[in-house]
Amino acid sequence: MAKPRIKVPKSAAKGEIVEIKTLISHKMETGIRKDRDGNIIPRQIINKFTCTLNDKMVFSADWYPAVSANPYMAFHLRASESGKLNFTWQDDNGETYSTSADFNVS
Amino acid sequence: MTRMDSSPHVTRRHVLVLTGAAAVAAGTGLLPSIAAADKAAVEAAIKKAVGDASTMSGRITLDLPQIAENGNTVPIGIEVDSPMTESDYVKSVHIFAEGNPNPEVASLHFTPANGVAKASTRMRLLRTQNVVAVAKMSDGSVYRETVEVKVTIGGCGG
Amino acid sequence: MYAKQLIALTAGAAALAGLSSSALTDGSWGKYQVGDIRSGYTFAEPETRAMQDDDFENPAMLVLDYGAELWSTKDGDANKSCEDCHGDAENSMKGVGARYPVFYGPWGKPINIELRINECRQNNMKAKPYKYESNEMLGMTAFLKYQSRDMPVTVDIGGPNKPFYIKGKEFYYERRGQLDMACKHCHEDNAGNMIRANLLSQGQSNGFPVYRLKWNKVGSLHRRFRGCNKQVRSKPFGYGSDEYVNLELYLAWRGRGLPVESPAVRN
Repeated sequence: MAKPRIKVPKSAAKGEIVEIKTLISHKMETGIRKDRDGNIIPRQIINKFTCTLNDKMVFSADWYPAVSANPYMAFHLRASESGKLNFTWQDDNGETYSTSADFNVS
Repeated sequence: MTRMDSSPHVTRRHVLVLTGAAAVAAGTGLLPSIAAADKAAVEAAIKKAVGDASTMSGRITLDLPQIAENGNTVPIGIEVDSPMTESDYVKSVHIFAEGNPNPEVASLHFTPANGVAKASTRMRLLRTQNVVAVAKMSDGSVYRETVEVKVTIGGCGG
Repeated sequence: MYAKQLIALTAGAAALAGLSSSALTDGSWGKYQVGDIRSGYTFAEPETRAMQDDDFENPAMLVLDYGAELWSTKDGDANKSCEDCHGDAENSMKGVGARYPVFYGPWGKPINIELRINECRQNNMKAKPYKYESNEMLGMTAFLKYQSRDMPVTVDIGGPNKPFYIKGKEFYYERRGQLDMACKHCHEDNAGNMIRANLLSQGQSNGFPVYRLKWNKVGSLHRRFRGCNKQVRSKPFGYGSDEYVNLELYLAWRGRGLPVESPAVRN
């Protein structure tokens, strides 16, 4: 449905520490809820989030069913080199959602 | 409570334990024995995440609401005091919840590129409970911090 | 009487449980308060307010983005997008979210934004109407109302809208359901008091559609009406029903002057 939302400063001074915010649309079905007929609704969550800069891992997270629906993840980055930030979210169903942003260090 | 444990005054202690239990039951709507069972699960999960290393207190700051308006979406901020250099940084922070069906919430993996070991996310809390964060440093040392969050249940919003 | 006793009892229980809220403190709420009229924002916990304060932390923006995408997507047998006729929503839709529901001549009654979107889709785009509570409808409604962000709610209750405003007002004060409670028992008489563990708000509509923590998603004002009606054990009316559109009109008037906050974040 909706594309993931990311907030990355357009540019940063070398050495500056910036915050990166991410938000993705996902129900994060826990696997413990039951439907109206009493059947367990199967678990379907995003289980892994990663962020790379120029293909080098800078931050990642393993998520469990206790992460809220429409997961929010914010972290920081020290501006050292310009390049491409790649964000990926891995779904239990095998799908991977991704987006990217340019990061300019001056 | 530790002072009470060594007290021989059984009746007074009995009263305190009872009132404590009543307070917990009133706050959570559940008996405290259930929370205790989950405490063990958290200890097991911590062992799985960071091994047998003994945990130290300090260095971790947890930013959590005292009272969460709704357990579906409880914001959590984590900061670990570290220079975040190649030789001295926070490798990972694991978040656990003592009163949830499963102890694990999230594991955050940092690198020196982060500059600061500071992150935030949102989590589900089934009821009033302790949230535990465990940080593993690049030198293998492990720190631990616990914060209680009261979760509002009932009413039209619950 | 029963309703009053119920609320008094639950308020007492909550006070005993030691619950408190910063929203109970007196003081100015800035743009979120106009005289005695207070937005639901002022009844929310600080963490919930923070989630709304920053658009990048507001999960409703995911659905709003989807609405923005639909705005310029061609659809229906006419193969037209909203944008093809209305151009840039920032200009053409500015103020719409602040003045709806408006009287709609072809129907001889007021229409809200959701129903107006579907009128446009069916008549002009020759497209299928959106389901009322679908992501498409919520996204488009949120996107349209967002174009009036911070503009004061200024609904017209005169002229042909007047009889419908009166009907909405009657609904507000009418007891219903097994609990025999009217909207006013909670939201007029007891706003600021606790009902069990929740703080009752004035029930203002200026933030809808809202991301509701309880729902884990964005929902419409009529969904909230239905929830309220069910909670007093009364049969809810349909999405987009005359009863709810009239109530929406009356509520907008009750919240006149409050800023459009859509999409807000609420408990």
